[in-house]
Amino acid sequence: MSVWSRISNAVRSERLNREIEEELQAHMEEAIASGRDPDEARRAFGSALRAREAGHSVRVAGWLESLLADVRFGWRQLCRNRVTSAAAVLSLALAIGACTSSFRLIDALVWRPLPIAHPERLYFLSRAGMGFDNKPGAWDSWAYPDFELLQAAARGKAQLIAVSYANRDDITYKTDLEMEKASVQHVSGNMFAAFGLQPAAGRLFSESDDHAPGAAPYAVLTYDYWTRRFARDPSVIGRTLHYDNGVYQIIGVSEKKFTGTEPGIVVDIFVPTMMDRGVTRQDRTWIRTLVLVEPGVSIESLRQMFEAIHGGFERQRLTGQTGLSPVTIQNVLRNNVRIEPAPAGISQMQKNYGRALAAIAFLVLLVLFIACANVANLMSARAAARTREMALRVSIGAGKGRLVRLVLAESVLLAVLSAAIGALFSWWSAPLVVGMINPKDNPARLILPADVRVLAFGLLLTIVVMLLFGLLPALRASSVNPAGALKTGETPVARQRLMRTMVGIQVAFCFLVVFVAGLFVASFELLSNKPTGFSADRLLLLETTSRAPQPTVYWDDVAEHLREMPGVERVSQSSWPLLKGIGWNDSISVNGGPPSIDLAYFLNVSPGWFETMKIPLLQGRDFRDSDAYPQAAVVNQTFARKFLHDEHPVGRFFEKASDDGTHQRMQVVGVVRDAYYSSILVMLPVVFVPMHSQEIAGVRDATFVVRTASSNPLALASTLRQEVTHVRAEFRVSNVRSQEELNQGQTIRERLLAMLAFFFGFVALLLAGIGLYGVLNYSVLQRRREIGIRMAIGSPRAGIVRLVTIDVCIMIALGACAGVALGLGAARSVESLFYEVNATDPIMILLPFTVVLSTACAAAIPALVRAVRIDPAEILRSE
Amino acid sequence: MAKTDALQGSLDLLVLKILSRRPRLHGYAIMAAIAFTSGEVLRAEEGSLYPALYRMEEAGWIRAEWIKKETGRRARVYELTAEGKKQLGAEESRWQSVSLAINRVLREA
Repeated sequence: MSVWSRISNAVRSERLNREIEEELQAHMEEAIASGRDPDEARRAFGSALRAREAGHSVRVAGWLESLLADVRFGWRQLCRNRVTSAAAVLSLALAIGACTSSFRLIDALVWRPLPIAHPERLYFLSRAGMGFDNKPGAWDSWAYPDFELLQAAARGKAQLIAVSYANRDDITYKTDLEMEKASVQHVSGNMFAAFGLQPAAGRLFSESDDHAPGAAPYAVLTYDYWTRRFARDPSVIGRTLHYDNGVYQIIGVSEKKFTGTEPGIVVDIFVPTMMDRGVTRQDRTWIRTLVLVEPGVSIESLRQMFEAIHGGFERQRLTGQTGLSPVTIQNVLRNNVRIEPAPAGISQMQKNYGRALAAIAFLVLLVLFIACANVANLMSARAAARTREMALRVSIGAGKGRLVRLVLAESVLLAVLSAAIGALFSWWSAPLVVGMINPKDNPARLILPADVRVLAFGLLLTIVVMLLFGLLPALRASSVNPAGALKTGETPVARQRLMRTMVGIQVAFCFLVVFVAGLFVASFELLSNKPTGFSADRLLLLETTSRAPQPTVYWDDVAEHLREMPGVERVSQSSWPLLKGIGWNDSISVNGGPPSIDLAYFLNVSPGWFETMKIPLLQGRDFRDSDAYPQAAVVNQTFARKFLHDEHPVGRFFEKASDDGTHQRMQVVGVVRDAYYSSILVMLPVVFVPMHSQEIAGVRDATFVVRTASSNPLALASTLRQEVTHVRAEFRVSNVRSQEELNQGQTIRERLLAMLAFFFGFVALLLAGIGLYGVLNYSVLQRRREIGIRMAIGSPRAGIVRLVTIDVCIMIALGACAGVALGLGAARSVESLFYEVNATDPIMILLPFTVVLSTACAAAIPALVRAVRIDPAEILRSE
Repeated sequence: MAKTDALQGSLDLLVLKILSRRPRLHGYAIMAAIAFTSGEVLRAEEGSLYPALYRMEEAGWIRAEWIKKETGRRARVYELTAEGKKQLGAEESRWQSVSLAINRVLREA
């Protein structure tokens, strides 16, 4: 209570003084009333002031009181220059807020451990080497039978947990008319127990759910989904849901803190891995393997064991496979197994965005430094203006520590204000950035709590920032030499040197930010302006599904009806839309040769699809209604060149060679121009095959590609969606989007990078410009007298300009050179984020160079104008 | 015998003792009580009484409260806390042993 009351008394020091006064006064009156002589009573008290002071010092924490006085004084200093103070606070707030946001995003995605029992013991398995496409790579997807072998072998040393890639899928609770999307993940039954998770309601999966394929039709909801979808209704347990052709019973809700093992995705529904149809397939890799290592087990020996077992599995599986070239098999068998720590979980988003976010964080940090340099210069200039005051304080006995505190108090105020506004900015901006990741219908969801980690980071950042801009000026100010300062009032040379160094650093960092931003913007421009090979204009995609396979004539039926709808120009079908990101590939065998090492990609399309997509036919003909798979094929230019060597492709035969050794013979009936297949980064060899098939009775999923008359294809979305189900009740449209949206989906990361980098590049330029303006302006003010004298004795204006700018120009030049060097170094480390831009391209360096220099020039002009307008007569008179 | 200021270090003891017998006294009353009960021998000076009161208040031995008097003025009254009772015990036994020791010295010398 004591310390607290002394602290609180320090805050209300005025009131305390009044109270002490009142008590003493009451005492005196009491004494007089009881018959004491008033004069004597007063004398007994001694000096009233002394008594009050004595009482005061007992009841107040002195250090705090003087600190408060410093803070009040600092506040008045800030208020004296409202505009500059506000500018300083805002620029710092923006930088601090952006840094905090970056930290929040990266922490949530990459660093924060999963809320499970022993995140530090969690690892994941991957394979690295040559893939089935004969390209080097690393894969973290495993086949379930392979996983089972690994799991059995590791018993006692580690618990293996299989988790599928969380997928946004169609589910229904009642009738098919009320289909909805939910993110579903298949997990091993042992996962919850291994992670030490408790049910929030009902029960969770157990190891008994891992015994037989298809025997555990149960679902566990996440707490988040239970809250959002069912408002935490406990009666939901026991209800059923339809998913992927099966009926699942909801048995429980998982613990609140656990949202799955993939940062970036909040899982809605867990189902057992045993319920996936691919669970017995040796050739389908669809799960991640997580390893919870028991304490004391050597990771390397575990890895070697996994590698040996996986090698055995692959050898057994690939023996006798005639669909693959021997080279491919050899390469695949040589793959290494890796085991890497994954305390934060493992997700695709980490892979895609980890580096990008780190790059943005780097830019943001530079902007923070630029802002700090600005404020440091501002504080320096203010301290310079107060040299006389400081000298006076020193001469009447102020200690060095007291002066440092006096100046630092102002910095602390600045930093705290900025941090507070920055926190608001971060609270708003971090979710905004997350919202820009991923397409609209499947938004990324990062858990972004304002927890201890974030607060600690914010606090640390604020302290660092404060020391960065506040400490040097404070030390400078406190080391004032009273005799010299009181006499002349000139700024010491050292202070100006400090300010100029800051300008140099600012220019270097600013160049770096603008340079990297330029590379990101150029990458995005190149990617988004890249011709796709087809026209997305007015294309609407109806991704349609049916629970049981439907004959292709039914699909044609629906297409026919859609064609008759008003506002519809053309309707065609394909298995899935281009650039959706999925594919179907196999080897090719030409003239009875061995299966090719390179793979070709396939897509079923209906007659007329090429025209709907505006992919021009170069040779031969389009499909006809009578064509069926696997007879006729239309290939793209890349295929014709790669597999048929461009020698009269139309009419030639080739075979599609599957892994299992089956071959399908096809004849090329046409060649179409190249168009991007699953990604706009690579042009793949593509074989288009008819929707109609001789082999398969029906189709479960296909996409109606609709070219609409109106420029906004989505205007027709709901009408067409209803029409599909209206024509054939079995069909449901699971997703409607425009082709444009898919195209844009290809460049989401690049767009995000370009946008953020452009923004921070602009901020960096602005801040550096303001900083330079401030320093030049200040130096002109400081050297007013000198300039006046020089002018009076006939110095030409050019000489004055040179005098004022020469030092700063040198610093700018040095800064720019350092910036180029830093920029080239930095660009190398983020190269993987660039698309077809080269950091050493002269244009890419020259452009930011020009931008930074012209900003510097623009910032210098006001100070120069002020310098040459100095009236010598006026200056000399004032002296 | 001249009136002496309360012995060095014993002011706290006197104040605590007075407050333990008669709670809720204001500063002047404490001073008067010290003078009265000591037969006008001991006197606490205002200049040392109030800082001592504040110090003991900060230490948590006594607690203060503003009350309204019949005259309409406010007075700040003090009373002992549990902490203060303990302190009083300690101070008393300390005083006993000190005065015993002094007496012994006076007798022997």
